[in-house]
Amino acid sequence: MLYREAGQFKASYREDQQIFPIRQDKIAIALILAFFYLVVPVIGDQYWLKAILVPVLIFSLAALGLNILTGYAGQLSLGTAAFMAAGAFGAFNFMLRMPDFPVFSEVKILFAFIFGGLMAALVGIVFGLPSLRIKGFYLAVATLAAQFFVVWALTKFSWFSNYSSSGVISAQDVVLFGVPIDTPESRYLFVLVIVTVLALLAKNMVRSATGRAWMAVRDMDVAAEVIGIRLLHTKLLAFAVSSFYCGVAGALYAFCYLGTVEPEGFNLDMSFRILFMIIIGGVGSVLGSFLGAAFIVLLPIFLNVFFHAVFAGAVPAGLGSNLELMIFGGLIIFFLIVEPHGLARLWQIGKEKLRLWPFPH
Amino acid sequence: MSNGRHIGDVILDLQNISLRFGGVKALTDISFNVREHEIRAIIGPNGAGKSSMLNVINGVYHPQEGTIVFHGRKRHDMNTHEAALQGIGRTFQNIALFKGMSVLDNLMTGRNLKIKSNFLQQAFYWGPTRREELEQRSKVEGIIDFLEIEHIRKTPVGRLPYGLQKRVELGRALAMEPTLLLLDEPMAGMNVEEKQDMCRFILDVNDQFGTTIVLIEHDMGVVMDISDRVVVLDYGKKIADGTPDEVRGNQEVIDAYLGVAH
Repeated sequence: MLYREAGQFKASYREDQQIFPIRQDKIAIALILAFFYLVVPVIGDQYWLKAILVPVLIFSLAALGLNILTGYAGQLSLGTAAFMAAGAFGAFNFMLRMPDFPVFSEVKILFAFIFGGLMAALVGIVFGLPSLRIKGFYLAVATLAAQFFVVWALTKFSWFSNYSSSGVISAQDVVLFGVPIDTPESRYLFVLVIVTVLALLAKNMVRSATGRAWMAVRDMDVAAEVIGIRLLHTKLLAFAVSSFYCGVAGALYAFCYLGTVEPEGFNLDMSFRILFMIIIGGVGSVLGSFLGAAFIVLLPIFLNVFFHAVFAGAVPAGLGSNLELMIFGGLIIFFLIVEPHGLARLWQIGKEKLRLWPFPH
Repeated sequence: MSNGRHIGDVILDLQNISLRFGGVKALTDISFNVREHEIRAIIGPNGAGKSSMLNVINGVYHPQEGTIVFHGRKRHDMNTHEAALQGIGRTFQNIALFKGMSVLDNLMTGRNLKIKSNFLQQAFYWGPTRREELEQRSKVEGIIDFLEIEHIRKTPVGRLPYGLQKRVELGRALAMEPTLLLLDEPMAGMNVEEKQDMCRFILDVNDQFGTTIVLIEHDMGVVMDISDRVVVLDYGKKIADGTPDEVRGNQEVIDAYLGVAH
C-alpha cells in the first residue's frame, strides 16, 4: 500500500530509465538527503559528526569502491586498504610538492584528492593484471600482494612520507576557496558532498553499458566475451574505478578524519573490515555499501554504549569488552543466516512487503 | 522448406579445420561452408565435436590447422571480439545468461558493442550517453516484442523457467543484430510446445531478418524440417554433408546413429 507503483505509468523509455523510476523512491531519497544535509549538521554534536558520521561516510565510500570491483565486476580483492593508502599518500604528496598558483590553490585540495584517487587507480590496474588469468580466491591471494607491497613501499621509501620517521604523515589543512574546513560540521558536509557525488557517479556507471559489461563478466565471462566484451579491458576498468574510489576514501580518511596516518594503519585488517561491510551490506548494491559501513562502524559503538548503560559496574570491564566482540560476531552471523544477500536485499524485501501492507494480499 | 528466401553465396567457409586438446583430437580435417540466409544444421552423436565446431567459428577455440574464410576474409583462426564485431551471434548449450541481471539488462548487454560513449561520459550521464541508452532500449524492446517476452522484461533471469531462459538467450544473441547466428542446441530439454515456439522464432529470424543460422540440434524431426543443409560429424570427422534428404539416406550416418555390427 505504502510502496505501490500501480498507477505510475511510464510513457517513454526515458521515464522508465531514470535512476529512481518509482515515485516513492524519489521521495525517500529526497528525504534522506535533506535529513543528512540539513538536519544532521544542526542536531549532530561534535562527537557524532567527528567520530561517527565522518568515518561511516568514508568507509561507505571505500566499501562502494570495493563493491564496484567485487560486487559488480565479480573480482574478489583483499587490497582495499592498500588502495586507500595509495590515495592518502598520493594526496599528501600532491599537496606537499605541487606549487601553488593563484586560482589553482583555491581548489588544490580537490585536485589532491583526485590525484590520490588516480594514483590508487594506477596501483589497482597493476595489481589487477593477474585477474585475466586467475579468478575467485586465487585472485584474492594475488591482491594480497598489493596489500603487503604498498605498505612496504610506503614505509621503505621515506620520500613518500617526506622523510618522516616510520612513514607517519600529517595531512595538510583542508582549505577550499580560502575557507578552512576545520569545524566538525564543515568537515562532515565536505565529506558528505564528495561521497554523494561519487555515489551518484557510481550509480550512473552501474546502470549503463559499463556496469552491464562488469556484471556480464561477473555472471558468465565466456558469454560476455562472445558478445564482444573485452575481458581484460573490462576487468582493468573495474580495478581502476574501484581503486579510484578507495583512493579518494583513503585521502579523506587522512585529511578529514584522522589527520595523521601511517602506512601500517592501512593494514590487512582494514581490508577485511571493508570486505565484511559489503558482505553484510549487500554485494552488488550501491545502497548496500552504505548500510554495511554503517552496520560495521556503528554496531560496536552501540553495543559499547548499551553495555555501559545496562551493566555498568556489574561485570568487569575486560569481560564486558570481550562480550561486546562476541555479540558483534554473533550478530554478523545472525544477519548472514537471515539474509545471505545482505542488508540491501533485506531492504528490498521490505519494500516488496510494503507494496501490500497492511492488506494480506 | 524454402519459403522464398534467396539463398546467397558462401559467407563462411571452413577449410580443413583440425583442433586438438593435448592428445585428444576434437576435430579432424573438417571442411564445410555456410551460405548466406540459409539454415545450416550440424548433427552427430554426443562428443562428435559439434560444440567445438561452433567454438572455432566464433573464436572461443583456436584450431591448430585450417583456414576460416568469413565474408571473404581469410584467416587462421577467429577471436571472440572480432567475431562479435563481424556480426556473429551465439547461444550456448548450457544456458549462459547473466543470472544476476534482468531480462532487459541481458538484452541490453547484447548491444554493448553499439555503445560508443566511454565510462566517464556514462558516469556523468553526459553527452551521448542518455541518447545511446534510449536508442538501444528501443531496439531491445523490438526484440522483446518479437520474442513475446514483454511480461518478464524486468525479471532477473535466474528466476525464469528453463524454456524462457532459452528464449532470452536467443534474444541476447539477436540483440547483437548478427548476420550469422550460431545456436547450440536451442531446443534441448524443451517440451513439444516450447520446441514449436522456438522453431517458429528461428524460422522467423531467418525469414524476417535474413539471418544466416548454424544450429546444433539432436531432435532429428526438427533438423530435417527446418534446415536447408546438414553436416554430420562423428568422432570429430565429417561423415556426411548435404540436404536433409541426402543425409537421411546416407549409410554412414545411419551407422553412426544406430551403431553397426562389426
